Amino acid sequence: MSLPIYATTGQKIWYYTFRVIVGLILFFLIAPIIIIIPLSFNAENFFTFTPKMLALDPEGYSLKHYRDFFTNPDWIRPLKNSLIIAPFATILSVSLGTLAAIGLSQSHVPFRRGIMAILISPMIVPLIISATGMFFFYSQMGLWMEETFGISKSLSGYIKVILAHAALGIPFVIITVTATLVGFDQSLTRAAANMGATPTVTFFRVQMPLILPGVISGGLFAFITSFDEVVVVLFVGAAAQKTLPWQMFTGLREQISPTILAVATVLVGISILLLTTVELLRRRSERLRGMSPS
Amino acid sequence: MAEPVLAADGTPLKASLKRALRRQKMRALLLIAPLLLFIMLTFIIPIGQMLFRSIENQIVSDTIPRTVAALDSWDHDADEVPPAPVFEALAKDMMIAAELKEHTRLGSRLNYEMSGISSLFRKSGRRVDDIGEVYTDQFTDLDPAWEDPATWVQLLAAPSWIAAGDAWDGSGAEPAFEISNDATTQFPETADIYADFARVIQTEDNDSPTEEEPWNVVYLALYNDLMANPGATAPAELAGLIDTTRSALPGFEVEDVKASFEDIDDDWISADVWETIYTYSPAYTNGYFLNAIDLQKTPDGIEWQPENEQIYLTLFWRTMLMSLTITFSCILLGYPVAWMLANLPSRKANLLMILVLLPFWTSLLVRTSAWKVLLQNQGVINDLLVWFGFVADDNRLALINNATGTIIAMTHILLPFMILPLYSVMQTIPPSYLRAAKSLGATNWTAFWRVYFPQSVPGIGAGSILVFILAIGYYITPEIVGGTKGVFISNRIAYHISSSLNWGLAAALGAILLAIVLALYWAYDRIVGIDNVKLGG
Repeated sequence: MSLPIYATTGQKIWYYTFRVIVGLILFFLIAPIIIIIPLSFNAENFFTFTPKMLALDPEGYSLKHYRDFFTNPDWIRPLKNSLIIAPFATILSVSLGTLAAIGLSQSHVPFRRGIMAILISPMIVPLIISATGMFFFYSQMGLWMEETFGISKSLSGYIKVILAHAALGIPFVIITVTATLVGFDQSLTRAAANMGATPTVTFFRVQMPLILPGVISGGLFAFITSFDEVVVVLFVGAAAQKTLPWQMFTGLREQISPTILAVATVLVGISILLLTTVELLRRRSERLRGMSPS
Repeated sequence: MAEPVLAADGTPLKASLKRALRRQKMRALLLIAPLLLFIMLTFIIPIGQMLFRSIENQIVSDTIPRTVAALDSWDHDADEVPPAPVFEALAKDMMIAAELKEHTRLGSRLNYEMSGISSLFRKSGRRVDDIGEVYTDQFTDLDPAWEDPATWVQLLAAPSWIAAGDAWDGSGAEPAFEISNDATTQFPETADIYADFARVIQTEDNDSPTEEEPWNVVYLALYNDLMANPGATAPAELAGLIDTTRSALPGFEVEDVKASFEDIDDDWISADVWETIYTYSPAYTNGYFLNAIDLQKTPDGIEWQPENEQIYLTLFWRTMLMSLTITFSCILLGYPVAWMLANLPSRKANLLMILVLLPFWTSLLVRTSAWKVLLQNQGVINDLLVWFGFVADDNRLALINNATGTIIAMTHILLPFMILPLYSVMQTIPPSYLRAAKSLGATNWTAFWRVYFPQSVPGIGAGSILVFILAIGYYITPEIVGGTKGVFISNRIAYHISSSLNWGLAAALGAILLAIVLALYWAYDRIVGIDNVKLGG
């Protein structure tokens, strides 16, 4: 949509105004995330730019909020919890989700729509409702686990949160993996079988490498869902399972400390990393799909 | 007739194909089954249980079953306090509940419907063990044998239980108490309450009925039984005791249980309390749902809540209105961006896309904290406005802890969900249509409005429903930036779960919200299709 040379002055004005408007909207989208990065290096406990910072005086900046994040047990403990819960939830949802997605992409699946609706439902139901339902059910389940298997309260707490987060992550795995499988050439598995491969070998040597980008990006979605989730863990977990978002939420609601900005900056860094990975995987997947006729 | 076509193994081809198809279906289902089971267990059943909880109300009939049964014969329209038998039933129920410490739970449950009941129950639970003491004293004065737990066991326990008790070696729990059949027919009321007494003693106190003197209400029950059935017979060893007691009964002082309850608290003589108990005695109730839409259940039917207690309809309405505002702002801001993305060369578009996807991938808490920091009274935005001279320093804008804060922050958070579907629809609109319209003489505006816009409507529809569904269920952001005026129905649900503990009402509010979301989702499925949900462009 470049401007033709015969454009009138009005058209030129509109053309540039429009670009400015779009620029402002994009600024609105990105600015709040960018602005917290310099603010997190504030040497004072303020949430706004101090005169020293504006003057670019090195004394106005410091790493003290980062130091606090990585030394304060109030933040270390939640960070550890998040790093325990999210990987387990991801493994659970990816392994079950990939299997089911392969099943769903076969040509004859009875009740396909119904099954799909059930599997996608954790994404559709508002989190507060999932959390309410899980709150009642999981507390009973926790007691049952402690009595039947004799496990400690803290372990059953982790199991509960992991199960809940796995359920929330599953729709993302299903959606991304089925999307990858749409372009998957089924004759490849037949060819492998024809040449004497068992179903297991076919799965790991033929199908898996081709759908791997979809599986990984589904896994990243599941990971970020769990890593970022606060409502369900707030209702299902106990204080021992406090995760990073939970700690941030408490911090924001009660007494906001500038450390939160350092945490936020670290999380933005993680998001950029994840976004890049997913984007690269998507491109790779498209390339692979281009190779196999669909 | 033609021969049926045969497969290689000699079976008819049709059957063979059918078998292969069946096997294929089975394999697909086997692959799906583990996940389906997992989701059922970890997600669908919890939601179902929540829905059940929104109508379930067994706590009243479970905690005070005798009272509920006795209330059946009460004429609740007459605006009178129930007759004496109801109070006697209540004394027994309350005694058991107080021992099991369940009366406070029932009190808090009924307190949702009528404030003050909670303290009434707590108070009564403390003092209910005095009721019937008059009878205990007179029975034991008459014959000290009534003080001996063994007498009661002899009178009421099943011979098989006594035998089992004798055989019991003292390790582990005592065999569970059994009431004798004779006692059930001869002394029905006593047998009924004594069975509960023995159960409570055994389970709660880890004690034995053979060593504990019964509660006062058991004496009251025996008095009633002996008065009601003069011919009742006891085991031979106790016949003499029963006979002397029976002949002394007419001279006994009688306790007015109703007066005893009045003595504990005047509220027991209030018909309102009884009407509340009566109204909420069925095992299932629509009361929570009625409360969720500002109605209340009264014995005279369904009525509006008092004016100053009507909050939920307003809250639902506000949730809808704010979600609509957010959706509309998202359309307004998302449309130009999506248009730009769809019409730029793909290299530039991909670059701009990153600006849309980065917020999408950034933690919700990060974005909410950013807004909390930016919108504060001393925050960056107000500082900038003051610096530019748009507002005076002592008159900074209140951008947070109100509806404005919620709308700004949520528009920002949900904007990518509008841009992405819009973009994918706009990509499919050929730019040549616009050029064709212009070459036929349309002005820029006509060409856009009559040709381009109608083709982008499906994108607007998909994005709007998505944003709206996400918005009405939001909890975190309104909680942090919404103050009191900018909160949604979700915040009220969370409040009932964690603070007021009125779980039934939370479940009912949740059920209503779920119904709205599912209806919208059904519409989304019709317009966009469930399989077209795409993530991250």
